[in-house]
Amino acid sequence: MNRPNEPQRGADAAVVAMLKRDLMLLLRQRGDVINPLVFFALVITLFPIGISPEPALLAVVAPGLLWVAALLAALLSLDGLFRSDFDDGSLEQWLLAPQPTALLCMAKVLAHWLLTGLPLALIAPLLGVMLALPAGSYWALCVSLALGTASLSLIGAIGAALTVGLARGGVLLSLLVLPLYIPVLIFGSGAVSAAVVGSGLAAHLAILGALLAVALMLAPWAIAAALRISING
Amino acid sequence: MWAFIQKLRSPKWFYAIGGKCQPWFWAAALGLIALGSVWGLAFAPADYQQGNSFRIIYVHVPTAFLAQSIFVSMAACGLAFMVWKIKLADMAASVMAPIGALMTFVALYSGAVWGVPTWGTWWIWDARLTSMLILLFLYIGVIALRRAFASLEGGARAASVLAMVGVINIPIIKYSVDWWYTLHQPASFTITGRAAMPMAMWAPLLVMVVGFYCFFIALTLTRTRSEILRREGGKRWVRELVEEGADGL
Repeated sequence: MNRPNEPQRGADAAVVAMLKRDLMLLLRQRGDVINPLVFFALVITLFPIGISPEPALLAVVAPGLLWVAALLAALLSLDGLFRSDFDDGSLEQWLLAPQPTALLCMAKVLAHWLLTGLPLALIAPLLGVMLALPAGSYWALCVSLALGTASLSLIGAIGAALTVGLARGGVLLSLLVLPLYIPVLIFGSGAVSAAVVGSGLAAHLAILGALLAVALMLAPWAIAAALRISING
Repeated sequence: MWAFIQKLRSPKWFYAIGGKCQPWFWAAALGLIALGSVWGLAFAPADYQQGNSFRIIYVHVPTAFLAQSIFVSMAACGLAFMVWKIKLADMAASVMAPIGALMTFVALYSGAVWGVPTWGTWWIWDARLTSMLILLFLYIGVIALRRAFASLEGGARAASVLAMVGVINIPIIKYSVDWWYTLHQPASFTITGRAAMPMAMWAPLLVMVVGFYCFFIALTLTRTRSEILRREGGKRWVRELVEEGADGL
């Protein structure tokens, strides 16, 4: 497989190239970046209508609502993560590349997080104001969402990679991924609730970080294996 | 060890050995479950607080044990299939998934029925109940993913990966749900004082647990053997076997 005549570029160059390409593709199709945010805002709008517009009541449930809505928004964006690459054949090309697939997967997930998870974390405080989230918990919301959505992107990418070859993978993807999201949801919304109550939230954030570390360690391999299955299966 | 793994590559060998073992496991399963049921339901003393309703434990605990063990063995089969390309392992994993889902459902259902006399409600968001429910969803995910693939091989490999991802996640989910529960609720519902169970109650439970494990092994053997016949239907030894069977009839 070694092609001596071609200059072998290092893995870092491949990662940077992949990251640049994905960011550019996502930024050119702005809908893919903006739609999850609009979805997030819309779902948050539904809750006061469905439950009650009473600020006191909303303030109690706001941490959970914000987290669940952000989680669903991140989930919706996953279906397209590998879809276009799979359809136009570039997925096969980067599976054939000499650089380790797991590393390239990580670059792809990073691009996804930068343009999905991070924006969700950044607009969450605005929606928090609308849900009468008590002051003082906004930065906890931001930090927990930023940390948590990174894990969500990594775990979700496994599901996206497993279902990318299937014609109607969307619902199946949520079925596979949602049970795996539960620990992140628990500690994410727990962090915000802890900040609301005023108790220490360092433990929650530390565990979110630990979950992210484990996901970073294991998920890229699973994503790479899943992509190979989808290409061959 | 290696020779054993090599043998496991041959479904024909497993079909023969499985056929020899299977009656023993069925006999042990039926015998132990019958013994445990009669012992537990009729002869074990009633609980001083819960009365006779505690006897649901003799169904609830074995199925809950199995629900978790089956997922682990399914993931182990998935690993064997992915690493050593043992087709047999995947056949076993594919028949285990519905058994596991059923056991999880029975554990949840018997827990709900048990909840009515003890907690006064069918369902509470207790840590154990919640993680059991999540386990059921994981099983359904594995089954659904396998079915979604058009090719047998693709579905098998995808289900193996998902089972392995799931088995890494199960302890994480379990501990996080425990944490979540202790944060939200006072631990007032801890009714299963396992350590305090007297011998007369505990012995039939042990019999039931062993019986249910034998039942799982027997059922897996039987179903794996049919799965072998289904997948290897085109092979010569299967055709010869069928012809022999036809002669026998």
